[in-house]
Amino acid sequence: MGAAESYPEDLKYHSEHDWARLEGDEAVLGVTWFAADALGELVHFETPEVGASVTKDQSYGEVESVKAVSDVIAPLSGEVLEVNQQVVDAPETVNDDPYGNGWLIRIRLSSPDEVGGLLDLEAYKQVLASQ
Amino acid sequence: MTHAHPFLALTDSDKEEMLAAVGVSSVEELFRDIPQAMRLQRDLDLEPALSEQEVFAHLSELAARNVPAGGQELSFLGAGIYDHYVPAVVDAVLQRGEFLTAYTPYQPEMSQGVLQAIFEYQTAICELTGMDVSNASGYDGTTVAADACFVAKHATGRSKVVVTEATNPQVRQVVKTYAPGFGLEIVEVPHRDGVTDAEELARAAEDAAAVIFQQPNFFGCLEPAPDLAAAASDAGALAIVHADPLSLGVLEAPGRYGASMAIGEGQGAGNFPSYGGPHYGFIAAREEFIRRMPGRIVGETVDAAGERGYVLTLQTREQHIRREKATSNITTNQTLLALGGLVYLTWLGPQGLRELGETCLSLGAYAKQRLVEQAGLELVFSNQATFKEFAVRVGRNAREVVAAARERGVHPGYALGRDYAEMDDVLLVAVTERRTPDEIDRLAEVLAEVTA
Amino acid sequence: MKLIYEKSQPGRRASAIPRYEKLPAPEVPPELRRAEPPRLPEVPEFELVRHFTELSTRNFGVDTGFYPLGSCTMKYNPRINERLAALPGFAALHPLQEEDGAQGALELMWRLQEILAEVTGLDAVSLQPAAGSQGELTGLMLVRAYFAAKGEGEQRRKVVIPDTAHGTNPASVTMTGYELTPVKTDPRGNIDVEDLRGKVDEHTAALMLTNPSTLGLFDENIEEIERIFHDAGALMYYDGANLNAVCGISRPGDMGFDIVHINLHKTFSQPHGGGGPGGGPIAVRKLLEPFLPVPAVVHREDGSFGLDYDRPQTIGKVRAFTGPFGVFVRSYAYIRMWGPRLREMSEAAVLNANYVLARLKDAYDLPFDRLCMHEFVLSARTLKREHDSTALDVAKRLMDYGFHPPTIYFPLIVPEALMIEPTETETKETLDTFCEAMLAIAREAAEEPALLKDAPHNRPVRRLDEVGAVKRLIVKYGFEDAPATTAV
Repeated sequence: MGAAESYPEDLKYHSEHDWARLEGDEAVLGVTWFAADALGELVHFETPEVGASVTKDQSYGEVESVKAVSDVIAPLSGEVLEVNQQVVDAPETVNDDPYGNGWLIRIRLSSPDEVGGLLDLEAYKQVLASQ
Repeated sequence: MTHAHPFLALTDSDKEEMLAAVGVSSVEELFRDIPQAMRLQRDLDLEPALSEQEVFAHLSELAARNVPAGGQELSFLGAGIYDHYVPAVVDAVLQRGEFLTAYTPYQPEMSQGVLQAIFEYQTAICELTGMDVSNASGYDGTTVAADACFVAKHATGRSKVVVTEATNPQVRQVVKTYAPGFGLEIVEVPHRDGVTDAEELARAAEDAAAVIFQQPNFFGCLEPAPDLAAAASDAGALAIVHADPLSLGVLEAPGRYGASMAIGEGQGAGNFPSYGGPHYGFIAAREEFIRRMPGRIVGETVDAAGERGYVLTLQTREQHIRREKATSNITTNQTLLALGGLVYLTWLGPQGLRELGETCLSLGAYAKQRLVEQAGLELVFSNQATFKEFAVRVGRNAREVVAAARERGVHPGYALGRDYAEMDDVLLVAVTERRTPDEIDRLAEVLAEVTA
Repeated sequence: MKLIYEKSQPGRRASAIPRYEKLPAPEVPPELRRAEPPRLPEVPEFELVRHFTELSTRNFGVDTGFYPLGSCTMKYNPRINERLAALPGFAALHPLQEEDGAQGALELMWRLQEILAEVTGLDAVSLQPAAGSQGELTGLMLVRAYFAAKGEGEQRRKVVIPDTAHGTNPASVTMTGYELTPVKTDPRGNIDVEDLRGKVDEHTAALMLTNPSTLGLFDENIEEIERIFHDAGALMYYDGANLNAVCGISRPGDMGFDIVHINLHKTFSQPHGGGGPGGGPIAVRKLLEPFLPVPAVVHREDGSFGLDYDRPQTIGKVRAFTGPFGVFVRSYAYIRMWGPRLREMSEAAVLNANYVLARLKDAYDLPFDRLCMHEFVLSARTLKREHDSTALDVAKRLMDYGFHPPTIYFPLIVPEALMIEPTETETKETLDTFCEAMLAIAREAAEEPALLKDAPHNRPVRRLDEVGAVKRLIVKYGFEDAPATTAV
């Protein structure tokens, strides 16, 4: 079960094991391989509503395995444009492909300057090393 | 030197070996982390240990000072706890040590017996109520109402719950005790001639998270349940029906008339009255609420060899995983009593359940007729159809009537003035399948004497 | 094994219900009448008995064997208690019977209250809560009522709970509308007093503490903790889940706690029944007595026993009537068979735990290397790292040796936790056999890990797919739309 451990270079990271892929004034958000592996096979994604606003460092949803549940922390603030229905229907997609088909939501950024506060790959790897 | 206690096993030489293995010189030393000031420096002030024979004698003497139903007293007490017959097969199953002395089935391979039994129980509750999902049980018929309020609050985001006044007073009291912690306001809707008015309920239900009503209600009257459920749903509130499981062979299933949740007290179905417990409460809901359900739920799955088996499922709802965000704090529930319920409902079968309901209906009608004709009493809600229980005016303080009737060996029912201020002269009479026409005649005779 | 519904045939039945042909049943109004009967099983009585007997053989209880499930106190449940609870004077007694017809029941409850007050070192007891978690909830409601009466209800909104606590503690905090203040555990397994000091102030309502903790450790800083809370004007709540360690040895009241719940189904031997029933009485200091649930069971001046509803400051009722009376019968009888010898019970529970700990601590990781109380927590961390054998695998393999596994993955702060509570029940021979099994499993993890991964091998089912159960939710029998699985 699940993909091999990896952390793409082109993403921005948050210390709570979340990632953001910046696309103009929008961003795609998800959880890292580390988070997915720690939880085990996901069985449920409790989604935010499209149109809701998410706030940096705060929870916008929950992912669940059989034995654990975890808040998903927003690395950036914005408005929810889209929720990944594929993950809703098949939550294990996150374990199989955490940075591709396993993305969680797409947002329009409300405070683009927050991007500067995110971690790059090297900084995130230091977070992982301290776990 | 005292004799070895029957519930202990270690000999002196066992203790020596064990202390040596631990590396301490005395049992006392094992407690060295407890500060001296916090140690009890004396023996517990309790009476000396009794042998089994002595404890049997002592508790038998206490039991003999109670007056149970079916002993020296002919009882028509109900008001939520009923004298239904509990068949011997219930005792036989519940006394199996493998069920009796097992813990919650967290390790499914050790617990297939109880897991399958709970799955069968959930099925039976869903069949009775017409709901999609049942949990493995709640504490009793009062706490499941509080649980249901918590579900409704989170499902609707609203903070008001409407409860009909004709709902069991203890259910209402428990809901009110829980409400402040849930941030809920509780509103009561009065009864009109023994039942709830749907339009009045509809007005109260505006902005409500839920409406709770009882069917049959506390007075035994049949509520216009489909209209009440519609009043709730039209206002966007969850219709929560508190149902008597043993009425559901003759009365419509709450799920068939629009209820969102069905809850109730399971005692009558397979548990002894036991002076108030332990019993089981049931809580069942439509599928959309499954992730908000409190407590344990058993699900079907397969094992490594592909064989069917059962496990606790959706455990992330529960306190041991979700902690402060859990759907409830419940952990220990009433599994053994719910198992009694399953055995009882299996014993009854669909035909037995219907016949039981019909017998309660016919005996109830006979009792009403005798109390009116023979005892000269007046039915309080004579316009209403009733099930198993009905309210009768006795012309004087009902508690005095109870006392006088008991002197004649009959407990005639519950004095409703204990809960309803305007009903000091009203008695709530319960008639289950265990009462006979002769016993009802005796009730009428005694009530005629003591109310004359 | 087939479900009872799969053994059903139309027309069969186990029950006979009295019928009175001369008394016709009145018509139920058509809109209220049941249209379709419920599909309850239709079986003859002997099929019913065989079905549930077979189910019971697929279950494991304390009567079957050793059940060292940490935090659950799986001790022997004396059979006499079952006989007593079934006496008609108890089992057939209606809870609304007038007081003069329930003197024996009321006296039993009053005596149990007195005993629990003595065992906990507190002043007043309510037996009403249905289980430990409801006792917690009731306790927090008392805290809320107490501070509201003092005019500090708005000010004190926080309840402090250590990270080792049972999940019921934080869940109860939410259900009473309080805010949770979590506090860390220090390297010796005690509450981290430095972390605590910064978190307790005039906004703190209470501490909820299990002591000994879920790590099986008595908090070495308890005197200091007590000062911190009482200096801040807050109350102290004792989660009695682990009371089996200290009966007659140290009392929560003497440790400074103001409220205690007692799990009658743990310490005082109410059988667990596959998940319940329980009993969760609470004992409190005098200052909290006015807020206890109604009715109170009282001993009147005329010598009679009764129910007192006249408690103007009460929090109300938390369940029906006076609580799970049948549980009280069993626990009362149990305690009477011990008397002051309850101390020997706790001593044996603590000795058994320390002995098993001593025998296992070299083969498994021991996160806190101290003497334990009635239970202890090991970790399979090294087994996992070196041999990919997890706590779950150890648990499943123990089944092959005929033992119920310990509690696993709790408390949450210990990775790969194995929480073992032998209780006072058990001979040294049983403990030794268990230890040898645990040591053998540790060796197997290194030599033949597949034995663990594939376990259990001889239970009625193999390892079950819990992920599949959530993904494809089936929570009741499907009848004609039939389940996809094959019935045996």
